[in-house]
Amino acid sequence: MKNFKLLWSFMRGNRLLYIGAILSIGLATVFSFTSPLVLRVTIDSIIGDKVMEVPEWLKGAVDYLGGRTVLMQNLWICGAVIVLLATGNGLFTYFKGKWSAVASESIAKNIREKLYDHLQHVPYDYHVKSETGDLIQRCTSDVDTIRSFLAVQFVEIGRALFMLSMALGVMLSLNVRMTLIAMLVVPIIFSFAVIFFIKVKKAFKDSDESEGRMSTVLQENLTGVRVVRAFARQQYEIEKFDVRNAEYRDLTYKLIKLLAWYWSLSDLLCMMQICTVLVAGAYMASQNLISLGTLVVFTTYEAMLLWPIRQMGRILTDMGKTTVSLKRISEILDAGIEQENEDELKPEINGSIEFQNVSFGYDVQKPNIKGISFKVEPGQTVAILGPTGSGKSTLMHLLPRLYEYQSGEISIDGIDIKKINKKWLRQNVGIVLQEPFLFSKSVKENIALAKPGADTEDVYASARTACIHDVIEGFEKGYETLVGERGVTLSGGQKQRVAIARTLVKDCPILIFDDSLSAVDTETDTTIRRALNSRPKKSTTFIISHRVTTLSEADFIIVIDKGELVQQGTHDELIGQPGLYQRIWAIQNELEEECEKDIQPEIMKTVS
Amino acid sequence: MNTLQEQEYSKKVDFGIWLKLLKYVKPYKRLMILLGFVMICVAGIDVAFPLMANYAIDNFVVTKSLDGVGVFIAKYAAMIAIQTVNVFLLISIAGKIDMGICYDIRKAGFKRLQELSFSYFDKTPVGWLMARMTSDTGRLADTIAWGLVDFVWGLTMMCGIAGVMLVRNWKLALLTLSVMPALAIVSVYFQQKILKAYRRVRKTNSKITGAFNEGISGAKTTKTLVREAKNLEEFQELTKEMRSSSVQAAVFSSIYLPIVLGLGSIGTAMALTFGGNSVMAGAISYGTLMLFVQYSIQFFEPVRELARIFAEFQSAQASAERILTMVETDPEIYDSVDVIGKYGDAFNPLVKNWPEVKGNISFKNVSFSYKDGEKVLENFNLDVKAGETIALVGETGSGKSTIVNLACRFYEPTKGEVLIDGVDYRKRSLLWLQSNLGYVLQAPHLFSGTIKDNIKYGRLGATDEEIMEAAKLVNAHEFIMKLDKVYDTEVGEGGNRLSTGEKQLISFARAILANPKIFVLDEATSSIDTETEQIIQTAIQKVLENRTSFIIAHRLSTIRSADRILVIRDGKITEQGNHYQLMRLKGYYYRLYTNQFMEEREISILKENA
Repeated sequence: MKNFKLLWSFMRGNRLLYIGAILSIGLATVFSFTSPLVLRVTIDSIIGDKVMEVPEWLKGAVDYLGGRTVLMQNLWICGAVIVLLATGNGLFTYFKGKWSAVASESIAKNIREKLYDHLQHVPYDYHVKSETGDLIQRCTSDVDTIRSFLAVQFVEIGRALFMLSMALGVMLSLNVRMTLIAMLVVPIIFSFAVIFFIKVKKAFKDSDESEGRMSTVLQENLTGVRVVRAFARQQYEIEKFDVRNAEYRDLTYKLIKLLAWYWSLSDLLCMMQICTVLVAGAYMASQNLISLGTLVVFTTYEAMLLWPIRQMGRILTDMGKTTVSLKRISEILDAGIEQENEDELKPEINGSIEFQNVSFGYDVQKPNIKGISFKVEPGQTVAILGPTGSGKSTLMHLLPRLYEYQSGEISIDGIDIKKINKKWLRQNVGIVLQEPFLFSKSVKENIALAKPGADTEDVYASARTACIHDVIEGFEKGYETLVGERGVTLSGGQKQRVAIARTLVKDCPILIFDDSLSAVDTETDTTIRRALNSRPKKSTTFIISHRVTTLSEADFIIVIDKGELVQQGTHDELIGQPGLYQRIWAIQNELEEECEKDIQPEIMKTVS
Repeated sequence: MNTLQEQEYSKKVDFGIWLKLLKYVKPYKRLMILLGFVMICVAGIDVAFPLMANYAIDNFVVTKSLDGVGVFIAKYAAMIAIQTVNVFLLISIAGKIDMGICYDIRKAGFKRLQELSFSYFDKTPVGWLMARMTSDTGRLADTIAWGLVDFVWGLTMMCGIAGVMLVRNWKLALLTLSVMPALAIVSVYFQQKILKAYRRVRKTNSKITGAFNEGISGAKTTKTLVREAKNLEEFQELTKEMRSSSVQAAVFSSIYLPIVLGLGSIGTAMALTFGGNSVMAGAISYGTLMLFVQYSIQFFEPVRELARIFAEFQSAQASAERILTMVETDPEIYDSVDVIGKYGDAFNPLVKNWPEVKGNISFKNVSFSYKDGEKVLENFNLDVKAGETIALVGETGSGKSTIVNLACRFYEPTKGEVLIDGVDYRKRSLLWLQSNLGYVLQAPHLFSGTIKDNIKYGRLGATDEEIMEAAKLVNAHEFIMKLDKVYDTEVGEGGNRLSTGEKQLISFARAILANPKIFVLDEATSSIDTETEQIIQTAIQKVLENRTSFIIAHRLSTIRSADRILVIRDGKITEQGNHYQLMRLKGYYYRLYTNQFMEEREISILKENA
């Protein structure tokens, strides 16, 4: 029930339209059920000479048109009424089609946008933990299930109900006994349909799953084409695919066979019903119990009714899916999002930063950052060193409030960052992630992403600083080259550099490089850092790195271990203290020794 | 690449395509004839039902007698019985044809994909091929089988109805059918519009899926760039497009139906007016009038069906065209007729004629350029002795991979030749060379299935002992034994239930089992934990023993232990020799080595301290 409340809330703004669509079906049904009545009157009482046994309004209508004699001489009027009724039916069928489409598509649009927006505003952590494939599934096929429920299924159910009640009403008013006969098989057909589609659910699933298996074999063969060829397993792959291909064929054929049983048997029931109506009707008409026109009405209604009733089975069994989809969507929307308050500050940021006894844990019980304190002056470069998993990256994520620290205080220019508006903060604290994501746009658009209205010069300038300008110019289409999933594949180092350029374009007073030069070679790394330093207004910069050159050139170095700040100081201070930094620094000596050894001429002799 | 995806296909009916498809339809000739026959029966009975009603009215209702009602019921029951059987037959036969053709085309397509050269895969995205093999094939087979059903039914039905009416009363028939041409034109017009509109919906829909994919995968980046609002704006462009194209498609359908209803009702009105007058004038019976009214209602159904099939055939033609382009692509690398005659082809190798591979490889004045004219190698010469380990180093795009691809005959030289044991490899079969090849990729590729299946891929006939032996040799045995179902553990799609390091080890075991004479390793740069790193290093050494090997190398230990290191730059060997020789040169290699040395040590220190 909660789920349908959610659906109702999604429908806001389109409810009237949707109700209008449902009402249109009703009206269209009225029109389509009236024309057999008109045919009946025409045949019985105008062409024939029976006394009119029809509702008052129809009798009135006949009188209004001039009574029987006039109509008999002008049969075209009856024809015109038929056309008019069809037009009315058509008009409302059109309204139904259009309105239900507009309503359901708008509702789907709302849901899609709501999901998209919501997913962009859930906390950072949500995306670290969630599974992309599953989320996409929910945002696409689950939304589509709801859309088709509104656009097709619910409308069809409405139509069937209108039809059934209209047909029952008219039939009962014409002849009760005939009605019973005409409705004899309907419940059986209906239950047969429902039971059948519940029973064959598994066959549908089998076929779908088998198709999935076939696709997997195909996909793996295509992506692993090198392995296949290198092991010369073409024949083996063909046999493997053949098994899946045949399995899919057989399972689907099995399903089709089941459907063949369903349609032929339900056809049998329907035809028997029609035959019964015809024979019983003919008998009753011959006994003057009903008129010929009434018989025509019954046979026509019967034919109109049976199809939607057979469809019902399928639709009702499918409806369970809608509930499931609604539930899956509401799970996403129930996740909390990052809040913005009105009294948050948006101060001018200069770049002095202070961490005071800051602690944070993904799980509050087990802190990943333990009471870290340090101070940075504007324009300084801070290098951060620490073993894998020591918390250095987490520490940096606290600054743009991608994670919220739990105790202590971080302040920028003396203001507690928890008082600063998050978006404002992030606009001023540029962070380049270790594995940056590039969007399916041109390189130029990717770089300009963070600064709406960035011009070509801005883009080029930051690309030059990031040492990627020449690489981009070397591409066939230069800056217009498409990157991301559907574009060219960039190497890890190229991606990182584009991401750096993208962050630089904003001119942030504070920059964080979260190991984002790891895939760039040492020389380029140095060039980029030099270029950064020579920019007119130096940003306060944090660099997480393992490279000696990078670390040694920083204004000071912080060493983090197991969430604690274990060492802090300038290069000169730290090489004098035993610790991680000293060990890293010592590698250079090792290298020299190693090289000395390798270049020794006597080794040459022994080897060659 | 993208042009391939966006390519627009001709809209005109192209008989050439359908003629080519005959090959796939032929095996089902008998079934199709049978199906056609069944459909004629179905339509025939559908035409006959109103006739029965007509008979009942004229003979029982009008005359007020029930003479012969028993026979009538019996006849009606027989028709119902036949129709029930017909419906069953039609669905199962059409289903059989549908699934059969689908299966055959997929089979042919898959076979062709196993023959095509790498150059084809380099320029054709996997997604494109997947779409050809799945949805396009499905649509084509669907249209052929069910299109036939609807076509025969529609045509028979139309002819039947028109025929009966003309015989009964040709004047009234012509009047009733006078709306028919308009109906046909409107139907063809709208069905095409509708189909096109839905195609647009599908296209937009896949864009939306892409946008969601990007929005979700890039959510973290979006946050750091504060781009939420702008992203939503861009996304809204898509959802708007989606709504408008879906509504448009729905509106086309909703206009079409009323028009058909309206035109149909004019037919009915004609039948009623003129038929009614004739009844009053005593020219036709009540029953005949009813029959005409009934037929006028029934008539538009087949017209609509035929128009729909017409439109669907056009779209199926586009699918067929795309599938055929794939199936008809010739591989760029293939064995000559002579070679096939002697050594067999990829599917029927004549292994007994295969000479043994020793593993000497020479490049003689080899030039190579990609299709787009980009020159990679020019007059490249290299001699590799059997058993030698060659490490290739150099920057991305320097030509390292091309050299390896040429050695494996994944590509062939544009000029010059590659000799294996002194013979141009084009004089031997592809399968011969590739059967003696071991290949381990930077990003190891595993297939769904168990660990055992994956190792066995190296040698299909291997026993469990041999598989375990190979796993032990590369130190994979240990981690495998820790898994739930040991060697029978499922690795998941693409092996994604294992870590990269574990996948590497499995792929080494697979290569060991194949026991190739020539081994290629595209080494990963990706950092794995120190322990695994060492295990993998040992594994590599085991694999390299006694084989001619090419390594696109990144790890110092691999590079150092190579017999010969080649520094490749712009398709040329700029430095060559063993580690010590190259260190003395103090050139590119020296720089590369020292940088890499620092990098590896730094990272390993950070990992040790973790």
